[in-house]
Amino acid sequence: MELLINVLAATVVAGTPLLLVALGELICERSGVLNLGQEGMMLMGAVAGFVATLTSGSLVVGVAAAIVAGVAMSLLFAFMAVTLAANQYAAGLSLTIFGIGLSAFVGAGFVGESIDGFTRVAIPVLSDIPVIGRVLFDQDPLVYVSLLAFAGVAVFLRHTRGGLLLRAVGEDPEAANANGLRVLVVRYLAVAFGGGMAGLAGAYLSLAYTPMWTENMTAGRGWIALALVVFATWRPERVLLGAYLFGAASILHLVLQGLGWNISTELLAMLPYVVTILMLVLLSWNPVRTHLNTPLSLGQPYRPGR
Amino acid sequence: MTAGLRLKLENIVKEYPGCRANDGIDLTVEAGEIHALLGENGAGKSTLMKVIYGVVQPDEGRVVWNGRPVTVDSPARARELGIGMVFQHFSLFETLTVAENIALGLPADEARDRRKLDQRIREVSERYGMVLDPRRYVSTLSVGERQRVEIIRCLIQETTLLILDEPTSVLTPQEVAHLFTTLRKLAKEGCSILFISHKLEEVRSLCHNATVLRQGRVSGDCRPAEVSASDIARLMVGDDTPISTRVPAAKAGDLLLQVRNLCWKSSDPFGTSLKDVNLDLHQGEIVGIAGVAGNGQDELLKALSGEIPRTRGDMNLGGFSISGLAPDRRRRLGIAVVPEERLGRGAVPRMSLAENALLTASGQGLVERGLVRFSRVREFSREVIRRFDVRCNDEHSTAASLSGGNLQKYIIGREALQNPRLLVASHPTWGVDVGSAVAIHEALVRLRDEGASILLISEDLEELFQLCSRIGALCDGRLSTLAPATELTIEQLGQWMAGQFEHAEASHVAA
Repeated sequence: MELLINVLAATVVAGTPLLLVALGELICERSGVLNLGQEGMMLMGAVAGFVATLTSGSLVVGVAAAIVAGVAMSLLFAFMAVTLAANQYAAGLSLTIFGIGLSAFVGAGFVGESIDGFTRVAIPVLSDIPVIGRVLFDQDPLVYVSLLAFAGVAVFLRHTRGGLLLRAVGEDPEAANANGLRVLVVRYLAVAFGGGMAGLAGAYLSLAYTPMWTENMTAGRGWIALALVVFATWRPERVLLGAYLFGAASILHLVLQGLGWNISTELLAMLPYVVTILMLVLLSWNPVRTHLNTPLSLGQPYRPGR
Repeated sequence: MTAGLRLKLENIVKEYPGCRANDGIDLTVEAGEIHALLGENGAGKSTLMKVIYGVVQPDEGRVVWNGRPVTVDSPARARELGIGMVFQHFSLFETLTVAENIALGLPADEARDRRKLDQRIREVSERYGMVLDPRRYVSTLSVGERQRVEIIRCLIQETTLLILDEPTSVLTPQEVAHLFTTLRKLAKEGCSILFISHKLEEVRSLCHNATVLRQGRVSGDCRPAEVSASDIARLMVGDDTPISTRVPAAKAGDLLLQVRNLCWKSSDPFGTSLKDVNLDLHQGEIVGIAGVAGNGQDELLKALSGEIPRTRGDMNLGGFSISGLAPDRRRRLGIAVVPEERLGRGAVPRMSLAENALLTASGQGLVERGLVRFSRVREFSREVIRRFDVRCNDEHSTAASLSGGNLQKYIIGREALQNPRLLVASHPTWGVDVGSAVAIHEALVRLRDEGASILLISEDLEELFQLCSRIGALCDGRLSTLAPATELTIEQLGQWMAGQFEHAEASHVAA
């Protein structure tokens, strides 16, 4: 039982960076903009968070710097893909390549440095609940932020006027414009939110998960998040599920090794990616529900008033 | 509601690169008036609409609203003023509900209380006889119902000028009558209506006044009820274009195409499946298929051309089963197809006319031992251009550079020159100018008289009654009986389009 609880708690931790970045990308894609630059924005967030924390000594400053870095990167993308209506795929890919290079450059002098990362803060009362208390309410502060972000995104999409605007713009920007909605503003905000969340996810890696900086430390999580959003059929609950599934599978090999199983580590390292995508493919089967949640204009640049 | 002048346009000019879409247009609409705006495609109607609704800005001219000059710089501003518009292509969001769609167009404080909004939608929809459930998703609504959402949205925004762009082109005759009742009621309450159409009989029955546009200018004003449809048509097309086709009676020959219990199951949840379609087609006759868009017309065309494999049922061409044959095999047997979308399916936009000829006519000796004979391709293409009066530079023009009417003439000509035994044509004159439409009709009749069978799928009932010897209607993938055009009333056809035919009747086919 103790082992199970520890595994679940570790699952949440491992899934949190993915949840953060995927929630951001979910909002971004719901506006009809596909930002393939997640990996680059995460890395910039990670390095900015780490450097800022190291120099200022404050984790809060680090987190803020990471968010700013992510937003700045995403605005660069938004300028290309929204204002100039460039090809979103090309702009996103170039952002990732740019982010990988720039973060390595910025972080080159900081490899091997160490900081005191986020530590667990138990929430009174709630953390006393058996099992759930330890798994969800005795974690580091950024886990709580991710849970709040999840709830916020879910409520925003379904129950607010802002969510309605976002969905409308993502389905049909032409019609949205004809309805008097400001398509470019909505898309800019959505992209910026995605950037901020990606920066935060990067900060989680370099300030909480493994409090240090190494080149390319995101290890493809930005790409997994992109797949996650699609296979979660743009629904926040499924993004949450997928992120934790990934988290579970990625710590499974540690558990299996602990139990003395002898499987090739390469195969085990592949496991989280395979399991996550398989599960989500199976879940995204119902075509009617999928259709209702798909941002139909995804990936198509929009130029107002030709 | 104030009486008097609602909208006055003075000398509106809008220029696009290479084309003066509006060239000094004046227009006045009074309160409570139903005003028709007539003109062919490309006459400048939609540009003028966009100017009024603030989608584009005029280069010159003045817009006067309720006696005050205004600048309408966005659709949002237009709506503030009380101008509402129902586009031909609806600006609705399919993945949202009716109420959510309407809420998007309202100020935030009015849209916040969803229950109150639902109540208002119900009230307005009942008041004007347009029943609508605010909780339904737009993707589940029929085209007619979607139009209601658009109109109700305008009414809830307290619109005093309602612009309707070709509103009847997607409706059954009964729905049209219903819509007209609603519009008359609105006008009586003081709302002005700008009604854009090219269906002259409808304009004559509904509108108080009409302004006719031709090539960006006003070519005339009239009171439609007091002049004949052909007088209005003259104003639309000018003096030197023929405006109607003479269609001599058909002499039907032997049975050519026999379709029995044709079924096809759509995998798209919002697609239409074909259900037990039965159809007989003789040589030398044109059979018409009416129906509201999205009721299986495209699917029927694809099932006949071989683009989609049937799930069940049989198709026979001249006693030979074609059910399992691929599209190219069917073509070789003499089946020609003119799909609904000209650019993209009928022709490749960025290829030249000659290259486009090659796509379906390669069997006409244009390819030998696997090599393209380009001189013959060009010759064939020139022949099409000459015989069907396609206006273009030459056979090297790209398909996308032609106007809709000319490209359609080219596509029909390409198929006709291959002497098909069966031609399936979908909406051949949709969005085509009057002159080209007449030419296309004449080409179809000529083909018929040479002994071909033609299946004409169209939403234009006038066209169907003019050309076809027998007519039926598709609704939700089912085909009604085919009745002789001379015996079929518009009302009966309208009921069929709405799906009111006995299934037993549908499976029995009048020969």
